[in-house]
Amino acid sequence: MDTQDLRRLANAIRRRDLQAVFEAGAGHIGGEMSVIDILTALYFHVLRVDPENPQDPTRDRFVLSKGHTACALYVVLAEKGFIPKDEIKTFLKPHSRLNGHPNRTKVPGVETNTGPLGHGLPVAVGMALAAKLDNASWRTFVVTGDGEMQEGSNWEAIASAAQYKLDNLTLIIDHNRLQQGARLAETNNLAPFPPKLEPFGWAVEEIDGHDMDQIVAALSPEKVVPGKPRCIVAHTNKGNGISFMSDNVAWHHKVPNAEQYKQAMAELEEANQ
Amino acid sequence: MNAIAEKVKLFDCRDAFTETLEALATEDTNVVAVCNDSVGSSKLTGFRDRFPERLINVGIAEQTLVGVGAGLANGGKIPFVCGAACFLTGRSLEQIKADVAYSNTNVKLIGISSGMAYGELGPTHHSTEDFAWLRAIPNIAVVAPCDNVETAAAVAFAAAFEGPIFLRLSRVGVPQLLPDGHTFELGKANLLRDGSDVTLIANGTLTHRALKAAELLAAKGIEARVLNMASVRPIDEQAIIKAAKETGAILTCEEHTIFGGLGSAVAEVVVDHAPVPMKRLGVPGTFPPTGSANFLLDEFGMSPDGIATTATALVQRKS
Ligand SMILES: Cc1ncc(C[n+]2csc(CCOP(=O)(O)OP(=O)(O)O)c2C)c(N)n1
Ligand SMILES: [Mg+2]
Repeated sequence: MDTQDLRRLANAIRRRDLQAVFEAGAGHIGGEMSVIDILTALYFHVLRVDPENPQDPTRDRFVLSKGHTACALYVVLAEKGFIPKDEIKTFLKPHSRLNGHPNRTKVPGVETNTGPLGHGLPVAVGMALAAKLDNASWRTFVVTGDGEMQEGSNWEAIASAAQYKLDNLTLIIDHNRLQQGARLAETNNLAPFPPKLEPFGWAVEEIDGHDMDQIVAALSPEKVVPGKPRCIVAHTNKGNGISFMSDNVAWHHKVPNAEQYKQAMAELEEANQ
Repeated sequence: MNAIAEKVKLFDCRDAFTETLEALATEDTNVVAVCNDSVGSSKLTGFRDRFPERLINVGIAEQTLVGVGAGLANGGKIPFVCGAACFLTGRSLEQIKADVAYSNTNVKLIGISSGMAYGELGPTHHSTEDFAWLRAIPNIAVVAPCDNVETAAAVAFAAAFEGPIFLRLSRVGVPQLLPDGHTFELGKANLLRDGSDVTLIANGTLTHRALKAAELLAAKGIEARVLNMASVRPIDEQAIIKAAKETGAILTCEEHTIFGGLGSAVAEVVVDHAPVPMKRLGVPGTFPPTGSANFLLDEFGMSPDGIATTATALVQRKS
């Protein structure tokens, strides 16, 4: 899919996500709006995955480590054909397989269950190691939140990935500068990320995480540096695309009221013109 | 939820926790709070505004959260280490074992939104193993208050108590069950209703459901004793033995897996001292489906009706 189509699709996914959170009365809309451009590029331009054969051993692996933004992943998986589009309306409903965090035992396309932060990257290191052991060409991608990078497990995994020269592994940090209750800068600041990751032996690139051309270019296999795991620091905005949510810590898991929903939807629709 | 429909005021016990904590911090400058990007969910915004330098937010880093708590205790502070119960216990279990319990540091662990309080967020966010995990570690008290009054009393108790203690709080609304001014005693059950046919033992969010079940049972001619057993360790052995001997059957109810929690702790006392028919209600050893805490409790047979039905069957098993 070309970047113009990817942009339009990302806009549609934002609208479906907004509607799902509004109707369910819960969700993590801020972090969903910040990660949707990245998810769209991954699923519709990069990942070699097949909804008809979700367990294909040669598939690329994707891990949404910031599992609280599951709703965005569900909408993307539905667009891609892993689950019926119609099922999104069951998000958070009793007995739905779409709960607040993705579950691989229930939802095809999900590789590992996330929710507790700081789990995805170590698991992704294991996936990348498995591919290396088999001399297989499939790649592993993982998205973490920037606040999530405060978990020590990530830095243990970063060291391991470098030690094993996992150039088949790509970490994308959704760097929206906000965590749950405050800005990273007011909590436990890790920014800037590149000077922390590079000395570990990682190849790091910074991009605008809402610029589809930059996302697609950064994820291209030609960017792989032999022998080095790769990190893309994606500069994003929490709540991106909705003016009153954008870069506003209040919208980590707040739910829009009817009026806010209408305005948010109108803004997204206008951006799609 | 079927039977708890009438309009009673429900309390979010986190409010009682933070009100008490702020009062304690006013009196004693050694009281500090430690959290993991959970200022809002632990209801610590008031504490932060009043005592900004005494709120330590380590970020999303639970192992460090508990380790820092142990260090603060070593430095003479009284740390209230607050976080979502699932991460506070699960992620930091070894810190709890080595830095808190084994090192015997004066750390107060406050597990917020325990049990299935996070409902639809799913099993990663449920804390239905914490009794079992912490009961397996020596030297840490484990307490699950049943209402706002008991929460406030237990927080005050924890501050005065020398040593490791875990308080398991919810966010799901519960009615006030204990009288104002109630004082908390570690290792002591509260008799909330007397009866001679069966004993219902519960804590946390289940106590009010058990009381409601006792009313339903009374209407059917079954007199149930209800014991609120906030203190899971140490546990009130005398009250359990007495209940076994006087009522001849015990049903436990908890927002926790039935393996290793309150029911198991009660059963350990019962088999050793006074074997009688018993049944444990709780999460039945599966990962719960999607649903709210109250929905899931009902699903797992812990609506007042469900508890009463199980109790009735249990009474029939008495010889
Ligand atoms: C181990 C763990 N601790 C705490 C939480 C609660 N929590 C959920 S989301 C979140 C903030 C995440 O911030 P960030 O990683 O920056 O994500 P984003 O901004 O993209 O939403 C927190 C603290 C959790 N899910 N897991
Ligand atoms: Mg963030």
